[in-house]
Amino acid sequence: MSGILILEQTLNGLQFGLMLFLLAAGLTLVFGIMDMINLAHGSLYMVGAFLAATVAERTGSFVAAVAVAIVGTAIVGMALEMTVLRRLYARDHLAQVLATFALILIANEAVRLIWGPQVPLNTPPALSGPVQLLPGLAYSSYRLVIIAVGLAVAALLYFAVTRTKIGMLVRAGASNREMAIAMGVNIKRLFTIVFGFGAGLCAVAGAMLGPILAVQVGMGESILILAFVVIVIGGIGSIRGALVGAILVGVVDTMGRAFLPALLREFLPPQFASALGPALASILIYVLMAAILFWKPQGLFPARG
Amino acid sequence: MSQRLLSLAALSLALATPALVAPAAQAADKIKIGFISTLSGPSAAIGLDIRDGFNLALKLAGNKIGGLPAEVVVGDDQFNPDTGKQLADRMLKRDRVDLLTGIVFSNIMLAVVPAAFEQKTLYISPNAAPSPLAGKGCNPLFFVVSWPNDAYHEAAGQYATTKGFKNAYLVAPNYQAGKDSLAGFKRYYKGKVVDEVYTKLGQLDYAAEIAQIRAAKPEALYAFLPGGMGINFIKQFVAAGLSKDIQLIVPGFGSDQDIIRAVGEPMLGLFDTAHWSYDLENDANRKFVAEFEKEYKRIPTVFAAQGYDTGLMMDAAVRRAKGNLDNKEALRAAFRAADFKSVRGAFKFNKNQYPIQDYYLRVVSKDAEGRIVNKKIGTVFTNHGDAYVQDCAMK
Repeated sequence: MSGILILEQTLNGLQFGLMLFLLAAGLTLVFGIMDMINLAHGSLYMVGAFLAATVAERTGSFVAAVAVAIVGTAIVGMALEMTVLRRLYARDHLAQVLATFALILIANEAVRLIWGPQVPLNTPPALSGPVQLLPGLAYSSYRLVIIAVGLAVAALLYFAVTRTKIGMLVRAGASNREMAIAMGVNIKRLFTIVFGFGAGLCAVAGAMLGPILAVQVGMGESILILAFVVIVIGGIGSIRGALVGAILVGVVDTMGRAFLPALLREFLPPQFASALGPALASILIYVLMAAILFWKPQGLFPARG
Repeated sequence: MSQRLLSLAALSLALATPALVAPAAQAADKIKIGFISTLSGPSAAIGLDIRDGFNLALKLAGNKIGGLPAEVVVGDDQFNPDTGKQLADRMLKRDRVDLLTGIVFSNIMLAVVPAAFEQKTLYISPNAAPSPLAGKGCNPLFFVVSWPNDAYHEAAGQYATTKGFKNAYLVAPNYQAGKDSLAGFKRYYKGKVVDEVYTKLGQLDYAAEIAQIRAAKPEALYAFLPGGMGINFIKQFVAAGLSKDIQLIVPGFGSDQDIIRAVGEPMLGLFDTAHWSYDLENDANRKFVAEFEKEYKRIPTVFAAQGYDTGLMMDAAVRRAKGNLDNKEALRAAFRAADFKSVRGAFKFNKNQYPIQDYYLRVVSKDAEGRIVNKKIGTVFTNHGDAYVQDCAMK
């Protein structure tokens, strides 16, 4: 097992983790500030990817595609908040889960009606090749861009949350919502803004991951489960927790997938080892989650004291 | 109470079962085909091609099969064995279809065929041909018009041996056809297998596997990844810069037109093995390729050819059985005769009702019009059957 292999797998883990972070950041804010379980968060990720694919096909520009996807998805998110989700804040979590699950089904069918089950979205040609990072390690340039975008968005978020007025309100809302309302924060408008912002982050993830994965109906569901794991590990309502949790999940998942089968193959025949490998690798994340919940029931960085 | 209700339900079901009704010994006035396939999701391209090929055959025959007006009941299994099984139950019991076909994936096939066998309905497979149904589990009601699951991979293994690759790395999804594929490759590959990796079925990100391959530095890489999995894998393989050092070999569908459409130029120079090629020189094939391009404005894939052949075979068999769909024995005998002009050229059934046919080496290159296509450059096997037939008790 060489150092280069471990380095490459770390990059893979980082890339996956940062994209998870974009999803988890929006989710954790909505959950932390509004105390609202939004299962339809993954649907916004899907909408973002489909918008990006459409614009990329029409204009040929990937940057324009990402920009339009962010704005478009943010608008969709805010419209959703103002028409449907706002009515759910006062309800209990079960009602929220049911209603937003219905939204997933509606979103999937709506996207299928508008775009069909799948649309192509390709890596921009300039980024479709590899770059030589080290002797013996050529790495996909597009994946490096994803890492860069993920880090940039994380830095931007950190700045927005810790240094701006809106960020201050967000933090106030996350740590004590009643008190924030009592202090005169316009919580209604804040919720809409936060929701739109979360939707925009979803669109970034959807547009960036689209060329690597596939832009298809239902793409949001599987990744949403991981995003929930991330916010549980990181601590609900905490952006910093989401970042750490996402990278932890990304790296553990990738490392598990890469090295567990090899490890198991020492003892087992290959088809068992590789059947067991991915299964164990995905369990690994949940083991991690269980362990963290055992020692830190509030997650790594609880927003509420 | 509930017990009585249950027995009543069971009784009425038993009465409704067509097996208890005496078969009428005359020609039917129409034929109903149940077509279950994977028509949505990332692996849908295969199912859609099979459907388009099948529909084309029907259309050219005036929407008739063996002279009978045909009705096709289409169902999307959504790449899910449970959904496939439910669809099959509905088509068999409610729609009373005469023949079943369409399934792409072996795991779905294995979930569906027991229901068809129970209802004594013939299943004509346009694609999936899993090894369990070729050997001990062979069934008189099961016909394969495509190729045994292992065959492309056996041909690829033979090619890798002939070409003298000293070692190879193998990748396949962890399901029946994946296991069949690597077993097939290894059966004819004489070099050293560096490693064989089974990924999750439907996996879309292969970053972790690609890093392992880079570290292993094999001479050749054999990847069996049908549909969207293959598109993602080849794109990521090229993006990671491995295509320069490692010769990628794939089964015929792994570099077919659907993959070429998605990946483009990086595919050029890739070798694959298949039982059909768009430039095969025979009348049936020339007609098929021309009509397909006219109808759908794209170059057909092996899957489209399989769907088309399935249509041709049904047409020929039903005609041979004189349209009598209730006499299952006669209908089966008519299918076994395989009395049709296949687009692949020579075709006959083995005793396990899997095909015996030729397999070709193809290379991805540009045709006269500059389109990227698969060209036939050689023959790997002639009159090739499968490795399981001796376990089949059928005669």
